[in-house]
Amino acid sequence: MIDQIPLSYYLLLSAILFTIGAGGVLIRRNAIIILMCVEMMMNAVNLTFIAFSRYLQSADGQIFVFMIMVVAAVEVAVGLALLVELNRHREAVNIDEFNSLKG
Amino acid sequence: MANFIWLVIALPVLGALFNGILGRRVGYQVVSMVGPAVVLAAFLVGVGAFIDVLNHQGEAIQVHLWTWATIGNFNVPVTLLVDPVSATMVLVVTGIGFLIHVYATDYMVHHDHDHTHPDRDFARFFTFLNIFIASMLILVLGNNYALMFVGWELVGACSYLLIGFWYDRTEDPQRAIEIDGAESVSIPSLLSPAASGMKAFVVNRIGDVGFALGIFLIWSTIGSLEFTTVFEKVHELDHNTISWIALLLFVGAMGKSAQIPLYVWLPDAMAGPTPVSALIHAATMVTAGVYMIVRSHAIYNLAPEVSLFIAFVGAITAFIAGTIALVQVDLKRVLAYSTVSQLGYMFMAVGVGAYSSGMFHLVTHAFFKACLFLGAGSVMHALHDVIDIRRMGGLKDKMPHTYRTFFIAGLALAGIPPMSGFFSKDEIMAKAFEASPILWGIGIVTAGMTAFYTFRAIFIAFHGEPRDHHLYEHAHENRSAVTVPLWILAALATFGGLLGLPAPILNELGIPIPHLLDNWLKPVLEIAHAAEHGEAHHLSFMTEVVLLLTSSVVAIGSVGLAYFFYVVNPEIPKNLARTTRPLFAVLANKYYVDEIYNSIIVQPALNLSKTMAQGVDMVIIDKGIVDGVAKVIGMIGGLLGDLQSGYIRHYALATFIGALLMVGYFFFR
Amino acid sequence: MIISALLAVPLIGAIILMFLPRENKELLKMFAVGVATLNFIISLPLYFMYDSAAVSPDGYRFAAQIAWIPSLSISYHVGVDGLNLFLILLTTFLTVICILSSWTAIEEQLTEYLAIMLFLETAVIGVFVSLDLFLFYLFWEASLIPMAILIGRWGGKNRIYAATKFILYTMVGSAPMLVAMLAVYVWGGHTADLPTLVANANVIPPDTQKWLFFAFALAFAVKVPLFPLHTWLPSAHVEAPTAGSIILAGVLLKMGTYSLMRYAMPLFPMAIATWTPLLVSLSVIGILYGALVALVQDDVKKLVAYSSVAHMGFIVLGMFSGGQIGMSAAVVQMVNHGLSTGMLFFLIGVLYEQRHTREFSEYGGIWVKVPVFGVFLILATFSSVGLPGLNGFVGEFLVLLSTFSVNRTAAIFATFGIVLGAWYLLTAVRKVLFGPLNTANENLIDMTFQNKPREFCISVAIIALCFLIGLFPNLLFDKINPATAQLATLIHATTLIAGQ
Repeated sequence: MIDQIPLSYYLLLSAILFTIGAGGVLIRRNAIIILMCVEMMMNAVNLTFIAFSRYLQSADGQIFVFMIMVVAAVEVAVGLALLVELNRHREAVNIDEFNSLKG
Repeated sequence: MANFIWLVIALPVLGALFNGILGRRVGYQVVSMVGPAVVLAAFLVGVGAFIDVLNHQGEAIQVHLWTWATIGNFNVPVTLLVDPVSATMVLVVTGIGFLIHVYATDYMVHHDHDHTHPDRDFARFFTFLNIFIASMLILVLGNNYALMFVGWELVGACSYLLIGFWYDRTEDPQRAIEIDGAESVSIPSLLSPAASGMKAFVVNRIGDVGFALGIFLIWSTIGSLEFTTVFEKVHELDHNTISWIALLLFVGAMGKSAQIPLYVWLPDAMAGPTPVSALIHAATMVTAGVYMIVRSHAIYNLAPEVSLFIAFVGAITAFIAGTIALVQVDLKRVLAYSTVSQLGYMFMAVGVGAYSSGMFHLVTHAFFKACLFLGAGSVMHALHDVIDIRRMGGLKDKMPHTYRTFFIAGLALAGIPPMSGFFSKDEIMAKAFEASPILWGIGIVTAGMTAFYTFRAIFIAFHGEPRDHHLYEHAHENRSAVTVPLWILAALATFGGLLGLPAPILNELGIPIPHLLDNWLKPVLEIAHAAEHGEAHHLSFMTEVVLLLTSSVVAIGSVGLAYFFYVVNPEIPKNLARTTRPLFAVLANKYYVDEIYNSIIVQPALNLSKTMAQGVDMVIIDKGIVDGVAKVIGMIGGLLGDLQSGYIRHYALATFIGALLMVGYFFFR
Repeated sequence: MIISALLAVPLIGAIILMFLPRENKELLKMFAVGVATLNFIISLPLYFMYDSAAVSPDGYRFAAQIAWIPSLSISYHVGVDGLNLFLILLTTFLTVICILSSWTAIEEQLTEYLAIMLFLETAVIGVFVSLDLFLFYLFWEASLIPMAILIGRWGGKNRIYAATKFILYTMVGSAPMLVAMLAVYVWGGHTADLPTLVANANVIPPDTQKWLFFAFALAFAVKVPLFPLHTWLPSAHVEAPTAGSIILAGVLLKMGTYSLMRYAMPLFPMAIATWTPLLVSLSVIGILYGALVALVQDDVKKLVAYSSVAHMGFIVLGMFSGGQIGMSAAVVQMVNHGLSTGMLFFLIGVLYEQRHTREFSEYGGIWVKVPVFGVFLILATFSSVGLPGLNGFVGEFLVLLSTFSVNRTAAIFATFGIVLGAWYLLTAVRKVLFGPLNTANENLIDMTFQNKPREFCISVAIIALCFLIGLFPNLLFDKINPATAQLATLIHATTLIAGQ
């Protein structure tokens, strides 16, 4: 059945997910939600990889996905650790309060 | 002995090392043995070398020690050249040097009743003095211009160190010269010894620049610096180049031998201890310029215009310095200006090609001027460093030896027959007359002034009533370490004329006495003689005699005038000074030359230097250009920095937009 | 082997030093001096075995070449010839002196200080012995860091400013050099090996050579420093600790002049003629300008710093006087300046340690109190003034002599520099030693062997070398001449080709 669903549907879904994620990153202030949005963007990309992998009958895309999933896991671990530290020091998860990188 | 000539340099160096390193520990008696002993040893070696050269009929002996520097075709050997000229100089330097060393062993010690207090830096003094002897010998013994330049600079450095020997003394305010009770002429204060030493070194260096450039010119045109090669090849150069070489070398001589316009350091050099004034600033170092020109006569013979220029510079220097000496009240400064003046005579001689006459006067001048300076030092020593002749008077009974020797040397300086100075000066005058009667005219006027100021000083200091009774009571004759050298030098000043009796006149009169010095120097100066004799129109016998008599009459007359002025009727000079007050003030202030140099050279240089340091360097280059560049970069950074808001969202948006643009570009292109 | 040992010994020493107990300062200092002395001893055979050593075809002795990044033709290639032999010796010698001179002056973070000194020695020797562009650049930049830290950590009041200035100046210079190096690398046949590149030098078109030469010369001119790129030097010297000043003036400045001769000139022989007028003018201006500015300084160290600008001008002038005499003299003058200026900074340090001031007005008449010190100061000054018999004369006289036969105007102006040189240096001596005693100096301790054996021995050693070079300069010229002859021939040949 899946053969009948055209590639463009997957891509469209992936684009929508990616846009939602990007929008979330840009708009939301809560760091945890931003982190989740980043995850969503990555999963959108994963979806694209899988779709093309299937479409091109090649396993390369799936290997990339594994890689990305590993990286994402690492990223979450580091990101959450950072958030915990930030929370401890500044008692806030609102990212607007962190602008000490200002040039 | 000539092969061991290096010993004359090595011995004083050893003495200097000993005195310099151990001098403080071994005590001043040992130092005062070692210091003169090494110079005496050097003198004996010098005598041996002299005899060697005599046996070789004046043929030059070269002693190669080592090669200093070799680069490509450039080669400077350390080779010593012993020939009649350098052997003469060696004897003068070590001989007079030895006497002055002996003299200094007592001069540098203060006697106070039964106690003796050697100078705090007694050992240092003899160290420097020994180094000076070595340096001077390098100068006269080198067989090439590079080595001569080495000695040339080294004697300058020794002179610097010795003038500034009493480095902690401050400048000495001189009292105004009183003409009578009401009127006085103010004179500038004397520089401190340290400042005088520096002045001497820097002024000498200006001359050295000329000398060095001359050497460079020789090298770049001839390709060698060795005397023999240079003199062989110099005639191949074009006339212009030769003249430039001659002129540039003479600039060096102007500095070292205190000729106009670089003579200003010599009077201030009197701030040094008196033995130094006698040895360095009268007898030896200042004659280096004359020696250099005699040595380079092959060049100067080919540059007659420059030679004439030298003669006139010498004559004018002799005259100007003589006029200044007329009114000085500081005994050593009278002698200093007299030295400048006598050096002028020597340059007049070498300028007109009378090289051996120049050497002759160099030697006799070394005798009598050393004696005069040591005499002045003896007076200073007795009067506890008072050198102002206005505070002396009547010293002739208190200090008989000093007085007599000073008088004898004064006669020689004044050119009274038959003292040595008479013969040497007269020979120069005759040669000058041959070249140009104008030179002779300047010379004879200067000779009159010389006799006058010498005896003015003698009459004021030694004759008459004591002016400062306290000092007079204090005065006493010095010990034999001082008086014996004085007598030896006085004897030399008396009989030194035998070296160069006026052979033309005597031969005419049927007395076959040769001109000893002339014959002795002939092997070296042969080229000069050839040139001289080639076009020579010798003065007639009568002219020679007339010139001789004129000189004698002028000299004796001037001494008489001085006697009349300062012994018979002391009111005359005061009246004279009052009526010619402006002129008197100008002379007392040395024509304001120091002030002029100060305002046109020294101050502008310092101002330029200040502008450079505080304006150009700190403001324009550092604050302006360097910090300016930094500031511009900082500003650009600041502007760009504003883009970094610090909000992650902004960065994310920028990334997002950037990604869109990139995708869009590839999509729509 | 010897060269590799010279590079390795200080580095290993620095690493071991880090593991020694920090509290035992005597041990740290003894160890550091031991390492530096060992390195000095190792470097001596370079001189004494110079002639018998095997000569590689291009004239380098003790050469070693090990492939490093073969795919890029980068190798560890080191060697010694007349140009760098004496600079290596000078470096190993002065490092010992530097460590000795900071015996009591440095208290804080001694371990790091000594380690940095040793590391600096490796870097500087590396610059001098490298025969590979990449290796050279590595050492060149590596030498920058320890020096900057020396100034920035153990310096005076404005040390951070001075260190930053030092770093930025040098970086600005060396960035274009890196680009030019890449260009040379590509043009010269994709190799970083210096002898190969020199052999291929004529491949690069003349116009390109001009710009590449400029890029190289800019980096080196900053280091020399050539007027008007000199303003980092006074501030660096004033702030640096004594040992920093000694090594900076003594060795680091020579990296600039040495590299000009080693890299800029043989790599771009066709460009020399183009840039000679500019470089000669700048060095003559530097000679006069440095001297004039030095004349009115109030700070002793600043005066010596500006005198360095003048003296380094003589070196550059000699190099570009176009003949072998000038080049040989320039090499000797590098050594001379290292010794005499090093000595001056050392002596200033001795005074500074006791009085904590370098203002002239605080001194005056101190010769009474410190006769032995005074003698050393006068000798060092004479050496710097260029008095015959001492070393400074050899270089100065021959540089001027050589310049005169090529460019009379430049030589005449430069010769007047020696008058100014005498003026400002003797003024300095007069302000410090002569005159009535400034009573603030009542308690100065003289530098006799009994009181200060370390300082005394250092001074004697340096002065002895000064006399040795002054009296027997052929000890140096014998070794230097073949290398300069080769360089002069190369330049001469290129000029002939260009002329046709």
